[in-house]
Amino acid sequence: MATTAPATSNTPAVALEGLGRAYGERVALREISLTLPPGATVAVFGANGAGKTTLLRILAGLLRPHAGRATVLGAELPREAWKARGRVGLLGHEPLLYRDLTVRENLRFHARLHGVDRDLLPSLIEQAGLAARADDPVRTLSRGMTQRAAICRAVLHAPELLLLDEPLVNLDPGGALAVAPLIGREAGPARVLISHDAGLGLADADWVLGLRGGRQAIWAPAAQVGLSDVRGLYT
Amino acid sequence: MKEAVSALIRKDLRLELRSFESVPAMLMFSLSAFVLFRFGLDRSSLAGDLAAGVLWVTLLLAAVLGMNRLFVAEREQGGFDGFLMAPVDRTALFVSKAVVLFCFLLAVELVAVPAFVVLLLGPGAGQLLPELLAVLLLADVGIAVVGTLVAALGVQTRARDLIIPLMALPLLVPVVIASAQATAPLLAARGAEAFPERWLAVLALYDAVFGLLAYAVFDFLLED
Amino acid sequence: MTFGRGLRALSIASAVLITGAFALVFFYAPNDADQGFVQKIFYVHVPMAIVALCGFVAGGIYGIRHLRSGDRADDLRSYVAIHISLVLAVGVLITGSLWARAAWGQWWVWDEPTLVSFLIVFLLYACYQPLRFSIEDPARQARYASVFAIVAGAFVPLNFMAVRMAESLVHPRVLGTTGGAMPGDMRITFLLALAGMACLFVTLWKYELASKSATIQLRSLKRRLAGDDALAPLQRSSAPQRL
Repeated sequence: MATTAPATSNTPAVALEGLGRAYGERVALREISLTLPPGATVAVFGANGAGKTTLLRILAGLLRPHAGRATVLGAELPREAWKARGRVGLLGHEPLLYRDLTVRENLRFHARLHGVDRDLLPSLIEQAGLAARADDPVRTLSRGMTQRAAICRAVLHAPELLLLDEPLVNLDPGGALAVAPLIGREAGPARVLISHDAGLGLADADWVLGLRGGRQAIWAPAAQVGLSDVRGLYT
Repeated sequence: MKEAVSALIRKDLRLELRSFESVPAMLMFSLSAFVLFRFGLDRSSLAGDLAAGVLWVTLLLAAVLGMNRLFVAEREQGGFDGFLMAPVDRTALFVSKAVVLFCFLLAVELVAVPAFVVLLLGPGAGQLLPELLAVLLLADVGIAVVGTLVAALGVQTRARDLIIPLMALPLLVPVVIASAQATAPLLAARGAEAFPERWLAVLALYDAVFGLLAYAVFDFLLED
Repeated sequence: MTFGRGLRALSIASAVLITGAFALVFFYAPNDADQGFVQKIFYVHVPMAIVALCGFVAGGIYGIRHLRSGDRADDLRSYVAIHISLVLAVGVLITGSLWARAAWGQWWVWDEPTLVSFLIVFLLYACYQPLRFSIEDPARQARYASVFAIVAGAFVPLNFMAVRMAESLVHPRVLGTTGGAMPGDMRITFLLALAGMACLFVTLWKYELASKSATIQLRSLKRRLAGDDALAPLQRSSAPQRL
């Protein structure tokens, strides 16, 4: 891993300026501009197809921007994308786990890829409530347990930015509590949180980004955004 | 990068041992092919260039089965995303997959070649090792390198199982030519004849050219 | 992006060279002692082969340029070069087959390494358009196509070498010219035919580039004038549709 100077506490976690991305001729994102301070949370709302997943994948470094500028953790994408690699945690719709390997094997594999000490894993597995199933293949786990394992995978390398796509779906209340220290506000890293639960999302966030048809419909501090504003995005 | 390559290789070998998707299929295919050749050619024993041809065509087609499966787990279970987000050189994926395919080929040959000798080779056919080993190793490197590259090209497309063999087989024709020409004297009916080293040089050249090329070009297949 | 520069001059040059070559073939070049008049297919077959090979390699070179620069115009150039070379390759196989039939009585001979290599190269490049077609995202399609063009371009010389090595030890070249050096009048005819074929390739290449880029530019102009909705969505295609 390249040792760059650690980002100063003033470097925004995410800085977007006129970000755009298209799939062929279909424009998925257009003119997205925002700045997210380190440690802050932005809740992203929008109907299906509004561009939320595309945004997340760009921030993860998996898609390159087609227009505008995107800077993640001080690294400009795509030119300096390598600087941010390994410092971002993505929890998407896919768990990104190999179904025929056990939870432990999957996590160990990711730990090795990220250069993380494997001794940190047992306590992580414990924290997520997976200790009893850690040696079962992922394909035998329920959706909720798989989600917990995916959360472990997303945070095991202590990322500075968490990208969460509906993280609590499939989790029972016990699970949601268990993973809160890992991906909740108190975990520490800046977070980009996609959620369809407006109430929860608003309560959990510092900022709100509302997307409609790929465009930025809302960008404001969470305190200033009401439930009806969010619901308006879905009509 | 070595850490990453070794982690990836171990992961893939472990997955194969768990699910047995590739190697048994490649092996069973080879054995079935030998039986088919016996009846198709209406010969119960082969020697010389006919034997070499049957052996190499079979191994090549078996390799194609392995290629088809090589990146499927990545594609279907999100392995590409997980890898792309790690602070690792992208080429580590190419190296690890090529090594894994090479290992699969070796595992298959470990059983298929003796089976070939027992089933199809005429009595008194020449001594085989170690020249045959040299040919197998060099050819396997070429097949592994080109196979990995073609598999990566094909895995994102829709007609993956068709387009991978269609691309791989012409690209591997020089390997078949060189390997068959090198092996034929070894399998000659009246004991092994002189071994044509020049074909080993051809294989080595092929491996070097495509190895370097694939190494240079692979990154571009993972971008988006 | 103008690709149409010099088209008229090139077209005229091609026409002149090819007519000249034909004239020489029919009136100047000597009849072959063994094969008779039929041998003159050689003046079409071999230049076509050489130009097609160069076209494939050029496709690979433009592929490299595309990967390095990201400029999709290079991908378009690569695509067209390979496209035309593929057509020429079919021509090589057909003329080679006709020649073999006329000179040797069989529709195909495995003894001729160039012909065999062409068959293999043709089989490989026949995958190029299906590969492109099967990838929907245009940027990825261009990238993967460039990778393929590079690998296939590197493959062409290796393949020729391997096939020739496999054949040359056993059989002498059947369809080659009368042993090593060509007599003077054959050489002039051959060179003129080669020049004509090369000129024709470049002319066709430029024509197709100009045509495709015009279509692309037209579409983007339409979009700018009438907005996104005025356009029918692009159908999937193996050809580059955006620059």
